[in-house]
Amino acid sequence: MDFSSIPAALPALWEGMQTTLLLLALGVLGSVLLGTLLAILRLSHNPLLAGIASAYVNYFRSIPLLLVIIWFYFAVPFVLRWITGEDTPVGAFASCLVAFVMFEAAFYCEIVRAGIQSIPHGQMSAAQALGMTYGQSMRLVILPQAFRKMTPLLLQQSIILFQDTSLVYSVGLMDFLNAARSHGDIIGQPHEFLIFAGLVYFVVSFAASQLVKRLQKRLTV
Amino acid sequence: MISIRNVSKWYGDFQVLTDCTTEVRKGEVVVVCGPSGSGKSTLIKCVNALEPFQQGDIEVDGTSLAAPKTDLPKLRARVGMVFQHFELFPHLTVTENLTLAQIKVLGRGKAEATEKGLALLDRVGLAAHAHKHPGQLSGGQQQRVAIARALAMDPVVMLFDEPTSALDPEMVNEVLDVMVQLAQEGMTMMCVTHEMGFARKVADRVIFMDRGNIVEDCATEAFFGDIAARCERARQFLAKILPH
Amino acid sequence: MDYNWDWGVFFRSTGIGDEIYLDWFVAGFGWTLAVALVGWIIALLLGSLLGVLRTLPNRWLSGIASAYVELFRNVPLLVQLFLWYFLVPDLLPTPLELWFKQDLSPATSAYLSVVVCLGLFTAARVCEQVRTGIQALPRGQTAAAQALGLRSGQIYRQVLLPQAFRIIIPPLTSEFLNIIKNSSVASLIGLMELLAQTRQTAEFTTNLFEAFTLATLIYFTLNMSLMLFMRWIEKKVAVPGLIGGGK
Repeated sequence: MDFSSIPAALPALWEGMQTTLLLLALGVLGSVLLGTLLAILRLSHNPLLAGIASAYVNYFRSIPLLLVIIWFYFAVPFVLRWITGEDTPVGAFASCLVAFVMFEAAFYCEIVRAGIQSIPHGQMSAAQALGMTYGQSMRLVILPQAFRKMTPLLLQQSIILFQDTSLVYSVGLMDFLNAARSHGDIIGQPHEFLIFAGLVYFVVSFAASQLVKRLQKRLTV
Repeated sequence: MISIRNVSKWYGDFQVLTDCTTEVRKGEVVVVCGPSGSGKSTLIKCVNALEPFQQGDIEVDGTSLAAPKTDLPKLRARVGMVFQHFELFPHLTVTENLTLAQIKVLGRGKAEATEKGLALLDRVGLAAHAHKHPGQLSGGQQQRVAIARALAMDPVVMLFDEPTSALDPEMVNEVLDVMVQLAQEGMTMMCVTHEMGFARKVADRVIFMDRGNIVEDCATEAFFGDIAARCERARQFLAKILPH
Repeated sequence: MDYNWDWGVFFRSTGIGDEIYLDWFVAGFGWTLAVALVGWIIALLLGSLLGVLRTLPNRWLSGIASAYVELFRNVPLLVQLFLWYFLVPDLLPTPLELWFKQDLSPATSAYLSVVVCLGLFTAARVCEQVRTGIQALPRGQTAAAQALGLRSGQIYRQVLLPQAFRIIIPPLTSEFLNIIKNSSVASLIGLMELLAQTRQTAEFTTNLFEAFTLATLIYFTLNMSLMLFMRWIEKKVAVPGLIGGGK
């Protein structure tokens, strides 16, 4: 084992990490938004909307993320061509982002739903008794409390998402793992670069989950 | 002010309210009492449409609840409600609790809302606690904030749903004192409560409910004064609840 | 729209012998099940052992189990798979290395790697569930078993684990469903399981929507039926009057 060539490769690896982190940030943002919307639909009194949202969640929870990534990689350009009528080039980054947002939204939806349901029913009554509409009560009273409670879970899910971004390797996107793999191959030290990549993922995930644990303790006290 | 006409309500097959009819006039204080499960809380929640009902109609200040076009949020903004478990918003400070609906529902400016809220907070004797969160207050203090929160909306009528039954005994009076003061100032009030001392002191009428029916609806003096004329269930209830 | 929908594609010949594309899906499904089932056996055995270790008073033993969990939970599955497939064989003693690289067919060596990888990966998650299950039991259970003169091993086998496993059937079910879904990473080291066959069908026929729809349906149906099956099992083993049991 000879790790001496890794320092020279750090700038390139950092570029890969930036792709990973950008994908993570946009992915979390998009899927928390979509997931919250789905959760509100699932809890709505309209059986059609609730049914659609729950079918969405069940569907994405029962198929592999990797399948979604690969499928969307093939399908997004097709779909765009149907919509716009012309060839619109989309890179692997965009198709992967769409895949992550749609897939992870199903998981965030369940977290948000549990969060909303953990808020006592009287809070909704009290908000409505003050003349707030359903939407205002959700936005101003229920969701702020729910999000506070579920912050640790949302962060934990985001750590999982951080690790899952490595699956974009399958469609050739130059994320951190792919950058490490291809660099290792070029230099002829694939093992060292692979171990280094694993180590980086471990340190980031481990540190993040320790922070989440601490936050969780502070929230429960 | 409130007119309840032939209201019936079911949970599935189970009937919780049967043909309830009564009236609360402007400036009147009406106490609703009865054994648990008699439907009194359900009835009062029907008045601001927190609970839907299947038959009959309720009119609040001239607005019919059963009419499909009624803007319920707008109506509720004019009806103050105080809950058994306070239901202050725990993520907001006391001041924010007092101003949130004023700003978002009534469209008042922040300064105006804060001024109004703090004045009311002072009135319930809690001016010093404006910046605390609800979790830092005692139950009695929380309930007084909740009353101030409802008053901040300038309601035409106040509904109280067992406002003292979740409180430790030593805190009951601080809340009742605020309610008595309100009643004496001429606020229209409908109160579900077991506090018969409060009823005697300020209520104009007492309604007694049993198994979803309004079985007694009479002037306070008559209700407590002429117990022999009351129905069997009301006598039993009073015998249990009044000091001997 | 220039996409030619053709749901008959699965019955068309692949051009290899008298195979049709549906045969690819059947073969892929077989590999997926073979990976998931064997991986699950490893995960369940190792995970239960680790879960028990985590509840022991001995700091060293519970520390080892806890380090295992942290290590396997904080490295992405795909990185772990690459380590098992590309790195570990090189670290083996030469005869074993040669056997793995030369004697085994590519499919077999990929299969071995992915089964070990998924088994150890999932064991970390099973461990946490088992630990939670054991810790959810009233403390008095251990005390009562000790008072009866049972030894540690007996207490776990006879008293704690039978109760803990009943409690954690739902989370274990979702871990089992996860291992099926996770087995799709095997396609990235060349094992022709369901996802790899789907991708290959899509590339050969250009009927990508049909191919991916079929794959989705297979995963979805498998998931749903296993979930219903596990719910049935849960009811079947429920102890009357116990947490989650009937009356």
